[in-house]
Amino acid sequence: MKPFIQVQDAEMVFTTRKGRLQALRDIRLDVQRGEFVTLIGHPGCGKSTLLNLVAGLLMPTSGALICDGREIATPGPERAVVFQNPSLLPWLSCLDNVLLAVESVFGGREPRARIKVRARAALELVGLSHALHKRPHEITAGMKHRVGLARALAMEPKVLLMDEPFGALDALTRAHLQDELLKIVARTQGTVIMVTHDVDEAVLLSDRIVMMTNGPAATIGEILDVGIPRPRVRVELAEDPRYGAARKAVIDFLYTRHAPVEQAA
Amino acid sequence: MDSAIFHIPGDSVAPPAAAPHAPAAARHDGIDRRGLALCVLPPAIGLALLMGVWALATQKGGSFPTPGQTWDAAVQLFADPFHRNGPNDQGMGWHVLNSLSRVALGFGLAALAGIPLGLLIGRSSFANRMAAPLIALLKPVSPLAWLPLGLLAFGSTNSATVWAIVMGALWPLVVHTAAGVQRVPQDYLNVARVLRLSEWTVITRVLLPAVLPDVLTGIRLSVGTAWLVVVAAEMLTGGAGVGAWAWDAWRHLNVAHVIVAIVVIGTVGLLLEGMLKRLARHFTFED
Repeated sequence: MKPFIQVQDAEMVFTTRKGRLQALRDIRLDVQRGEFVTLIGHPGCGKSTLLNLVAGLLMPTSGALICDGREIATPGPERAVVFQNPSLLPWLSCLDNVLLAVESVFGGREPRARIKVRARAALELVGLSHALHKRPHEITAGMKHRVGLARALAMEPKVLLMDEPFGALDALTRAHLQDELLKIVARTQGTVIMVTHDVDEAVLLSDRIVMMTNGPAATIGEILDVGIPRPRVRVELAEDPRYGAARKAVIDFLYTRHAPVEQAA
Repeated sequence: MDSAIFHIPGDSVAPPAAAPHAPAAARHDGIDRRGLALCVLPPAIGLALLMGVWALATQKGGSFPTPGQTWDAAVQLFADPFHRNGPNDQGMGWHVLNSLSRVALGFGLAALAGIPLGLLIGRSSFANRMAAPLIALLKPVSPLAWLPLGLLAFGSTNSATVWAIVMGALWPLVVHTAAGVQRVPQDYLNVARVLRLSEWTVITRVLLPAVLPDVLTGIRLSVGTAWLVVVAAEMLTGGAGVGAWAWDAWRHLNVAHVIVAIVVIGTVGLLLEGMLKRLARHFTFED
């Protein structure tokens, strides 16, 4: 089967004031339809850059990215992004934030009532039916992230791209949202690429963990098949030897073989 | 008195009702008299001090009026602020309204030009580089310096005054609007790109709401400047207006009227600022 997303020899060089900075080199990655892949690595390893390449927010300096048989040239709603900062528009209510997304995707094709139903359904999926008309500043950080997720899901994307979506949350809220995400992904059978720096999050959620070497000029160091069957339940996994083994493999990669380098001026 | 350590001495916040040593008055009727007194008392003392110094300084007589004389003059002036006995004897109210209408016209024209210009400069770095040196050069110029060119171009003193107001009110609008556009978080623009919003939707649903608080700041400063300019310009150009009226009073050596004019100018400026601040509070949003 042809991979759903292909990254072919992508290289990314930023031209900064201090000169050229090679962020990524020789990135080759295939993601199958319905697969959940996480990108993990130390800060500055270019994992977010890679995600932004797939999103189309950045263009690779060389190489190509293909999604569903088409080259990725611009951002688009078929590759919905859940940003690290939920990036809700503060002057719109939760419902209007989601509506803005639904309108841009289904606006020309579906009647207004149907679009509203879609937006409400997405917010219901993330458990926010009670906060439809609240503004972002009236809800908690965890709820904002849910709205961000709802906005992405409402576009019915072919692939969901998540950039450390729960990174700024407290541990309990994060665990709760991870469980929600597991359920949603199980229900929608969607393809997900997620950036994280949390080993447990990566093992819990992904089918494969893409481990990246340290930057600059980072590349994919190793790819781990998690191999734990779904549905996964957090409490049961804690005692699963496969969970421990996967966790150990990632930690070993991150802290023994690719320990964070001290930035030398 | 444990609860006291949570209160800064002189704090205007009402002590909790249950506090054992709360002032009797606060406990009695629920109105925090102490807090109220602290709101009213210091400004009243400040005003009284000013009046006292003024009264002392003018005690011996001379051309400078005493507070009492000024008060009498003010009472007389405000007895009928909207009378009209020919062009040279109009009520204070007409002068204020005349000045305000110049401010409105000048500010309106400045807004029509300045806000779009600010949006353009904020959005395009080419336009920014083109305009930056010109703005840097023209911004420190006193708006009154534009009066001669206004007289030359428009031939009427009224238009020249409005022109000077435009040149004073323009820069705060341009600068704050442009800064607002440049400060729109990249996150919002990334969202717009991922949603593939049309350019029109980006402007109306993302850019304008995001920039609105900055534009309102620009408007507040701009109206403040316009009010400063109109008084000075009217002193030079004459006609009907508070500035011209104050200058006229000076030429008749009616110093009491000059002082009244200053108080009126200050009050109107204060009211304008207060209104615009309230307006701005309506449109600010939190993340």
